[in-house]
Amino acid sequence: MSKLKAAYQTLLNKWHIVIAHRFFWPIFLIVGLLFSIAASTFDILDLYLQLILIYVGINIILTVSLNLINGYMGEFSIGHAGFMAIGAYVASLLTVNVFPQTANMFLFPAAILAGGIAAALIGLLVAIPSFKTRGDYLAIVTLAFCMIVKSVLENIDAVGGPRGLLGMEKLTTLPWVFFWTVLSLWVIRNLVYSKFGRGVLSIREDEIASDLMGVNTRQVKVIAFVVSSFFAGIAGGLFAHTLQYINPRMFDIIKSTDILIMVYLGGIASIAGSILGAFIYTILLEILRPLGVWRMVFMPLMLVLLMIYRPRGIMGLREARLFIPLRDLFASKFWRQKKKESGDASAGD
Amino acid sequence: MPLLEIKNLTHRFEGLCAVDDFNFTIASNELVGIIGPNGAGKTTVFNLITGVYRATEGSIYFTGNELVGRTPHQITKLGIARTFQNIRLFKELTVLDNVRIARYGQAIYSPMEALLHMGRYNAEEKRITDHAMELLSIFKLDDAANERSKNLPYGLQRKLEIARALATDPQLLLLDEPAAGMNPNEIKQLMEFIGWIRKTFQVTIILIEHQMRLVMGICERLVVLDFGATIAEGLPAQIQNNVKVMEAYLGKELVK
Repeated sequence: MSKLKAAYQTLLNKWHIVIAHRFFWPIFLIVGLLFSIAASTFDILDLYLQLILIYVGINIILTVSLNLINGYMGEFSIGHAGFMAIGAYVASLLTVNVFPQTANMFLFPAAILAGGIAAALIGLLVAIPSFKTRGDYLAIVTLAFCMIVKSVLENIDAVGGPRGLLGMEKLTTLPWVFFWTVLSLWVIRNLVYSKFGRGVLSIREDEIASDLMGVNTRQVKVIAFVVSSFFAGIAGGLFAHTLQYINPRMFDIIKSTDILIMVYLGGIASIAGSILGAFIYTILLEILRPLGVWRMVFMPLMLVLLMIYRPRGIMGLREARLFIPLRDLFASKFWRQKKKESGDASAGD
Repeated sequence: MPLLEIKNLTHRFEGLCAVDDFNFTIASNELVGIIGPNGAGKTTVFNLITGVYRATEGSIYFTGNELVGRTPHQITKLGIARTFQNIRLFKELTVLDNVRIARYGQAIYSPMEALLHMGRYNAEEKRITDHAMELLSIFKLDDAANERSKNLPYGLQRKLEIARALATDPQLLLLDEPAAGMNPNEIKQLMEFIGWIRKTFQVTIILIEHQMRLVMGICERLVVLDFGATIAEGLPAQIQNNVKVMEAYLGKELVK
C-alpha cells in the first residue's frame, strides 16, 4: 500500500515526464474518441446527456477561438456570432443542396471545413479595420459586422430569408464534436506558443513596443483573426447540424454575448479557462432550466459578481500546466541543467 | 560612411515644432549623448528614427537605407533597437517571452508550421529559446526566466529592457533616459554597464539624458537640443562651458 502511495507521489512529481512522452497525447485522443464513439453507438450515455456534451464541445470551440482575440490579443470583438452564422449557412447549404444525400455521412467533415474556410476568408476582411482601430472602436466595427451578416442573410431568399434554413440531417455526433474540439484546442494552443502567438500577446501588452521589437503586428493580427473566425465557422457548422434548423436571428448580438460571457467567466488568455468557462456556462444553463425565464436573470447576475470579484475570470491570464510546452514551462530548469552539463564537460577536459 | 545620418529633420505636431532642422551623424562604434532640458525634442528624435512618427520633412539614412516611411518593425529588422524612458516591458509576460518576442524576425517558420508545430518550428524555437536564455544569463536574469516581468525589481526591469533590445541583433542601440529614477550610486553602475554592453555586443549607442553630468563620463561626443534645434555640439568638456547650454538649462537671467 505504501509502495502504491510512493508510486502515486512520484507520478505527481514527475507528471511532466508522463505528459512529455510521445505516446501520451495520441493515447489520450484515441481513448477519448473510442469513448465518444461507444457513447453514441451503444447506450452508455442517454441522448439528452449526449446533446449537452455536444453543446459543451461547440461552446468550447467558440470560446477558445474568441479568447484568441479578446483574451490573448486584448481586443474586443462582439462579432463572433457573425462568423458562426457564415459557417452554419455554408455547411448547411452544402449538405442540403450540393452534396448527394447518400454521401452526406462521409462528406460532412468537408462541409464543416468549407464553413470554416468561408468564415476565415471573411475574417481576413474584418482584420483590416483592426489595423487602424482598436478597443471600443473595433468593438463597434465587429458589432456592425455581426448586424450586416444577419441582415444580409435575412434578405437572401435562396437561404430562406428570415424564415431560416431547414432540412439538415442530424450529422453532428459526439465523436465529430470531440474531434473538432480537440483540433481547435490543439491548433490554438500551438499558435499561442509560437512566435506569432507571442506577437499576439505582445500586442495586448503594448502594441507600439511590440512593433518596435520587430513584431510584424499586421501579420500577427491577420493570423489571429483568420484562425479565430475559422473555428467560429466550424462551430457554426456543427451547431446547424445539431439543431437541424437555423435562422438569422440565432446569430445576433445575444449569441455573441453568450460567447463573451463564457470567455470572461473562464478567464482571458487561457486555454484551460476557455474549457472551464464553456463547460460551466453550458451546464449551469441546463441545471437552471426549471427556473424558466429567471435563469436569464441569474446568469447576468453571476457575471456581475464575477466581474467584481474576479475581473479576469476563473483562470484569467493563467494556464493549466498541461497546455504549456515543456520548453517554456521549465525554461530556467533546462537552462541550469544545460549549463551544469557543459560545466562538467569542461571540468572533465 | 556614417552608420546613421540625419539630414534637415523637422517634425511638427499641429503647430508645435518638436524637431527643427536637426542634423546628426554617428559612425560605427561611437557612443554619443543627446542632452537637453525637458521637452527639448530628444525622445521625438528617437521616435522619428524608429518610425513611431513619420517625419514632416528631412531624411534619415541608416547604412544607406532611407528610414522615413518605413514601419517600426522594418526599421528594427535593419538593425536599430531602443529602450523607453518609462519602462515598456510586456508586463504580464515572462522574462523569457519578453526577450523571445524580440526574436520575432530571427525565428524563421511559417504560420502553418506554427499552427501544427511541425517543420522548422521545433528547431527554430529551440534556437531562439537558447539564444534568449544565453542573453538572459549574460544579464544574470536566467534564474528569473519564468517570472512575470512586472514582478522584477525596478533595476532589473531596466536591465531586461536593454536585454530585450539587444535580442533584436541591433547595430545601433538607442537608450532613452536609462538612468531615470536611479540614485547616484546606481547611475554610476549603469554607466559602467553601458560601456560594457558597447564592448561586449559591439554596438553603436545613442544615449538620451537630461541630467548632464551623467553623460559626461561615458559619451565621446554630445549634442545639445533645445526647442527641437541643436544649440551645441562637441566634446563633453566643451559643452560644459558653453554659455548657450547653460542658458538653456538655467535660464538667461541666472547665467548673467
